[in-house]
Amino acid sequence: MNNIVILPIIIPAIAGLILVIFRKSVGFQRLVSILAILVMGFVSVILMGQIRREGIQTLQAGGWAPPFGISIVADMFSALLLLSTGTVALFCLLFAFQSVGKEREAYYFYPLFLFLITGVNGSFLTGDLFNLFVCFEVMLISSYVLISLGGTKLQLRESIKYILINVVSSSLFLLAIAYLYAMIGTLNLAHLSIRVAEAGQDSLMTTVALLFLIVFGMKAALFLFFWLPGSYSAPPTAIAAIFAALLTKVGIYAIFRMFTLVFYHEPQITHLLIGILGAITMILGAIGAVAYWDIKKILTYNVIVGVGFIIAGLASFTSTGMMGSIYYLIHDIFIKALIFLLGGTIIHLTGTSKLNEISGLIRNHPYLGWIFFIAALSLAGIPPLSGFLGKVFITRGTFETGYYWLGAIGLITSLMVLYSIMKVFMNVFWGETYLSKEMEKGKAKGPIMFPLGFLTAITISLGLGAEGIHEYVRLATEGLLNPNLYIEAVMGGNQIR
Amino acid sequence: METLMSILIGLFFTIGTYLILSKSLLRIILGTSIISHGVNLLILTMGRLKTGGPPLLGEKFIAFTDSLPQALILTAIVINFGVTALFLVLSYRTFKTLGTDDMDQLRGIEDE
Repeated sequence: MNNIVILPIIIPAIAGLILVIFRKSVGFQRLVSILAILVMGFVSVILMGQIRREGIQTLQAGGWAPPFGISIVADMFSALLLLSTGTVALFCLLFAFQSVGKEREAYYFYPLFLFLITGVNGSFLTGDLFNLFVCFEVMLISSYVLISLGGTKLQLRESIKYILINVVSSSLFLLAIAYLYAMIGTLNLAHLSIRVAEAGQDSLMTTVALLFLIVFGMKAALFLFFWLPGSYSAPPTAIAAIFAALLTKVGIYAIFRMFTLVFYHEPQITHLLIGILGAITMILGAIGAVAYWDIKKILTYNVIVGVGFIIAGLASFTSTGMMGSIYYLIHDIFIKALIFLLGGTIIHLTGTSKLNEISGLIRNHPYLGWIFFIAALSLAGIPPLSGFLGKVFITRGTFETGYYWLGAIGLITSLMVLYSIMKVFMNVFWGETYLSKEMEKGKAKGPIMFPLGFLTAITISLGLGAEGIHEYVRLATEGLLNPNLYIEAVMGGNQIR
Repeated sequence: METLMSILIGLFFTIGTYLILSKSLLRIILGTSIISHGVNLLILTMGRLKTGGPPLLGEKFIAFTDSLPQALILTAIVINFGVTALFLVLSYRTFKTLGTDDMDQLRGIEDE
């Protein structure tokens, strides 16, 4: 029992609730939301230290014995994701100060942002299947409003599609929970894991597992990604960046949790299917990224490629592959936020997202240009930067399991990703300068560069200082591959089976 | 009893799916609510439809019905209610701004 575990959920929730009252005082809203995110990040650092020293931390809500109440569980995997969430939310918030605009800020932008973070943190920390559903909904409903906030034509149209697809997938999630409850009779993840291991994962159970895969695949844009490119290009930059960084990652987290903790008994069916879906996702995403001449489309398809790649590590189901997935997941959170913020800044400067209408920005914006260059190399996984290590481990993991095709597809799509993002760089920054500084549609104010600079510094230091987080990643991998650690931590000495 | 309920739920899903695949936005929203009715009934059915007293400790029964699915459904209903309300208002706003509720005409246009 450790009360700190629940703080990352309730801090943003309470801050958001307070901010709902003070709609018009924008300065106060900014201050409180920054403070809330900072405190949340600080708490997750403390939490990481505790987990490292004492193992998985749990909290039984209301003091009820494990399978009967809701357990909040923080293992190293969740803690790493919490810290990444906090950091990336901080920089997106700083960017939003400069770019979101008074109109949106006065209409509950900051409370919604904080509720979104509440939902994301809740999904990372919960140890209960139905509570996971509720946290998903908290996150999704905030995202519905954030995507349509402002009410431009494009936003209205895309938010309708986005809401529809998520309402359907939430219904399927409930459906899967209902089936699982009928067969197993419990909702606590640790207890589920025990009961599934006892009953054996027969074909009916595997079917339910695949239903969960469809549900989370829809949320994570794994194979079922058709909704993503439209939805993520509709909202303003800061919102699109936080979506790209976090929302699909929650789906990926859920897939990891379910298929390492509960449904790990039939890897030759489930994990092979996950691998195939990952491969198709990578290929289709890479084709999309190469095909378009629109910055927003290229970036959104890169999100899809990233999802496929992370999932390939899970499909390998070896400690190397999983370790690679965790490295890559953390890297991906930061790099997707950075690249979306950069893309948004370019569109803000030039007033268009079409590549063939932009040229020669490097003359007026050298810093922006080189930051974009570093981000592009990091996205593709060039050695000193953060994307490299994850790719190496994932590829090695897939080769160890004998899924050579999966590793090969991963490497080929890396090339396509590099091509697609370099296409953006060369078209936008090189060539003749059409627009002089005065003719540009928007101004790159000084403060807008801070979050971009810091995020770049993070990707560089994550690449160079990979040794520093290795211990944490190793612990996270160990936790994922040994469901018993999780079960012991949650159930304790409780004899209820 | 469970068999009958399963058939009914299947019917709900069929109708819901059919409505979601139609063109008009209002029919789509109706489809999502019908599907979520199906889901709620399914949770109830999957908790087994044994006969027993209502889950109130004041009542003197030997056996009670399972209370957990009822709590789950109550949560799901409220969430779905919120989302449907948002969805309806959003479709109203879309109709006022874009002037159509035909999904074919809501497709992507290049010049926004």
